[in-house]
Amino acid sequence: MKNKPSFFFILFFAFLLVMPFLGNDYSNDWVVKTIIFSIFAVSLELLVGTTGLICFGQAAFFGVGAYATVLLTSQFPDSSVWFLVGSSIFSAAVLALFIGALSLRTKGVYFIMVTLAFAQMVYYVIHDTPLGGGTDGIYLSSKPMLFLDYGLSNSTVFYFFTVACLFASLVFLGVLLRSRFGHALVGIRINENRMSAVGYDTYFYKLTVFVISGGIAGLAGFLYAIKDGFVNPELLSWHHSGAVLIMIILGGLGHLRGAVIGAFAFALLEEIFRSEALFGPLSKHWHLGLGLAIILCVALLPKGLISIPSQWRIRLMGPSGSAGVSESINGEKS
Amino acid sequence: MDYSTFLIQSLNAIQYGLLLFLVASGLSLIFGIMGVINLAHGSFYMIGAYLAFGLAPIVSDIFGGGFIATLVFGVIASAVFGYLLEWAFFSYLYTRDHLQQVLMTYGLILVFEEIRSLLIGDEVHGVKPPTWLEGSIPLTDVMVYPTYRLFISAMCIALAIGMYLVFTKTKLGMMIRAGSVNREMTQSLGINIKFLYRVVFAAGVAIAAFAGMVAAPVSSVYPGMGGGILIICFVVVVIGGIGSIKGALVASLLIGFVDTFGKVALPEAAGVLVYVLMAVILLWKPNGLFKAGT
Amino acid sequence: MKFNQKKILVALTSLYVGIASAQNTTKLKVGLMLPYSGTYASLGNAIENGFQLYVQEQGGKIGGREIEFVKVDDESEPSKATDNINKLIKRDNVDLVVGSVHSGVAMAMAKVAKDTGTLLIVPNAGADAITGAMCAKNIYRTSFTNWQPGYAMGEQAAKNGVKKVITVTWKYAAGEESVKGFKEAFTKNGGTISKELTVPFPNVEFQSLLTEIAAAKPDAVYAFFAGAGAVKFVKDYAAAGLNRSIPLYGPGFLTDGTLEAQGAAANGMLTTLHYADGLNNKRDAAFRLAYAKAYKMQPDVYAVQGYDAAQLLAIGLNATKGDVSKKAEFEDAILKAKIDSPRGTITISKAHNPIQDIYLREVVGKENKFKSVASKSLADPARGCNL
Repeated sequence: MKNKPSFFFILFFAFLLVMPFLGNDYSNDWVVKTIIFSIFAVSLELLVGTTGLICFGQAAFFGVGAYATVLLTSQFPDSSVWFLVGSSIFSAAVLALFIGALSLRTKGVYFIMVTLAFAQMVYYVIHDTPLGGGTDGIYLSSKPMLFLDYGLSNSTVFYFFTVACLFASLVFLGVLLRSRFGHALVGIRINENRMSAVGYDTYFYKLTVFVISGGIAGLAGFLYAIKDGFVNPELLSWHHSGAVLIMIILGGLGHLRGAVIGAFAFALLEEIFRSEALFGPLSKHWHLGLGLAIILCVALLPKGLISIPSQWRIRLMGPSGSAGVSESINGEKS
Repeated sequence: MDYSTFLIQSLNAIQYGLLLFLVASGLSLIFGIMGVINLAHGSFYMIGAYLAFGLAPIVSDIFGGGFIATLVFGVIASAVFGYLLEWAFFSYLYTRDHLQQVLMTYGLILVFEEIRSLLIGDEVHGVKPPTWLEGSIPLTDVMVYPTYRLFISAMCIALAIGMYLVFTKTKLGMMIRAGSVNREMTQSLGINIKFLYRVVFAAGVAIAAFAGMVAAPVSSVYPGMGGGILIICFVVVVIGGIGSIKGALVASLLIGFVDTFGKVALPEAAGVLVYVLMAVILLWKPNGLFKAGT
Repeated sequence: MKFNQKKILVALTSLYVGIASAQNTTKLKVGLMLPYSGTYASLGNAIENGFQLYVQEQGGKIGGREIEFVKVDDESEPSKATDNINKLIKRDNVDLVVGSVHSGVAMAMAKVAKDTGTLLIVPNAGADAITGAMCAKNIYRTSFTNWQPGYAMGEQAAKNGVKKVITVTWKYAAGEESVKGFKEAFTKNGGTISKELTVPFPNVEFQSLLTEIAAAKPDAVYAFFAGAGAVKFVKDYAAAGLNRSIPLYGPGFLTDGTLEAQGAAANGMLTTLHYADGLNNKRDAAFRLAYAKAYKMQPDVYAVQGYDAAQLLAIGLNATKGDVSKKAEFEDAILKAKIDSPRGTITISKAHNPIQDIYLREVVGKENKFKSVASKSLADPARGCNL
């Protein structure tokens, strides 16, 4: 099937548009939360899957976007939603510029450690200084209006607004990845030395994608702050950064739809492992199941869930039947 | 700040720094020699602390031993554990890329935390220092300095000297250094590199666990203690340079001082100062202060 | 193939959710959102024990309805609190929620309760805002505000002739509010706070702070810590030799449930709390006996608060004949009631927080012995509440 991405996304968005009428309050909450995490995951996929930059601090941008929303709402109570969205994205992007400029001076393992450390630094700034309101978090005083009488405090309006944000992010990234800029990123992932030898300023490209990725994570943070009406420093914890990394590996690196699938799969795994119906008293220790699932997934399914169809195809029809070959040569697919 | 306060705070700083050094050096070694980034290293520290808590009654009841005996048992137990863990899990990570190593060891952290939760529970526990170390040394008319903390520093220094001697003066140390520079060559010389790696890993685990055991009376034993020290260790490694023991020592002490005096001078920014230090050093030396293998 | 996978996922989720929400009987569904793991696990268990004890004493029924419990472990994590309480309210369809211990968790719970109108009874978390700026007709508390014990201790310290105090606490809402309460009373009575030291929560590295305290030589130290942090602080304080010359004051959390671990280090410490050992009232004696029989251990202030949460619920439901939605009658009954609590008789303020005596206790052996009443019928000022 040539147009896998489009097919998947058509189906996916149809499902999302229909869900509010099928589900109840709780399932809608769950879907909205997972869509927000999909946006978060997609932002990281841009860094890890496309450009090969393993950032272990993405939660910092998410958290800053969320906190910016709450802090600005209390300072400017009647601000428009576009002002808030813009400011969240902007503040996250500025932070990404600062962290990226310093971290991108390092490579490989150092980069992983440094991004983790910087995210931790932002966590402490929010956790300990008066800027962030302390360990217990702060409240969103009001949710912004969208147009006419409809505001984001209306959960149905908010649901569709979130879906629209996911759609917009995916379209934006799809276009970005098909552009020359996007191809340059893939080139950097495959062989950075060659790219710079050919004349690309790889540092500039990496920094730019880092900032874009941070901004999108900030958007996810904005949505999360509106959804819960409450932000807390734990949003910036490294466990959160770890979780989103797991999501994109679970789904499959190198594909935008992998990030989305991964976010949903991770959320489902969490529901399953936390379910008392299935695990009884062990459900308290759901991290155990999650940890084992992560280890098994990375060990057995390194290309993620998205590779399952092609793996089955290989098993059934033999190696010549694999569509996976063309995928890996082209590098990035949506 | 008067002289006696400065002295006490410096002692605090050194003690904290030395403890960090023990844990961070294991992390740095394992990466420098085997090329594996191990997020679960903090968990070994936690395991050590819980061993101190859990083994103490067993050792005293069955063997009639005290604190030192518990330490010895704990170190042996963690070395064996490390050996088996390398054989069962970590040896499969050498050929994988960094992202997979990061994620698999992250999964391992979750597994360790939950197993601990299942076996021992989630309460916070105190561990008593041995009675012969319980006293304090008077330093000012009001303030005394706990003897046990001096003991911690002394133990860390002893271990550090021991590590240095093993690395530079013994055949095993020579093999380890050779293996870190060129694995294949070392193997072709007839040295069993698999066994070597296993030993290094077990040693790294044992050292981190030892640090946890020794620190337990001072820091308490609580869930999540592994995560906290892991991230600071990362900062140590970034500042000091991967694979460099000298770097780990310098960086740990630096962090010890910045953190301790920072808490006093700027209590609100205390948590952040260490990272600011890291940022500053990164600007100047992106690969850390010292090169690998020093 | 992806098509089928997606469809199956949708079906499964909807089915599961549908099943979970189809249960609606005349049993009263009580959602217990407490820490069953982590630093505060023992507090969570004590609260549930107290609550269950009262329910059993009433024959398993409150307001004429049988009780069904749905429990969630909040892990003392404010970041998961909204999700957890949403699960109870929207997926499990509980009639009311009881919880929690950690102030940050309770704040998130209060917000959801306020938005959904669900009845919430807080059996511990002392965040002032819950019966202050965030107060609501459907939110009640049977424990305290962080301000109350702190204020009482401030008055007591001034009475003892103390002039200069250094405060130490974790940097989170509970600690800061407790210190604020102390400061208010202490400075009103002529004292001064020379330094306010903080440690990030839940850090327990106190060494550098103790050094600072020793150098500054105040008349006394006021500290707020709870659980394991309290154990460590009191022990470290004594190990540094400070307890010989600088008395350590604090709210009761510093010594409640921790004396076994603190040992001799806590001897003679003065604390203030709305409960104590050796209170001479019949209700407390009966309560302690019944609790020890049922759970094979002595109750603490947390068990009392859980017990009283059930009492409060009973008073309200008896007036509304078991109907949780009759909020006005529920509130009416509670505000008029004199609750016969093991800690003494208490009433509930207009902001829905207990008005109670705060006792001065002294650590004697393994008990926090009642010494005197530090503050009679102390009501929290409920700043910001419009009820």
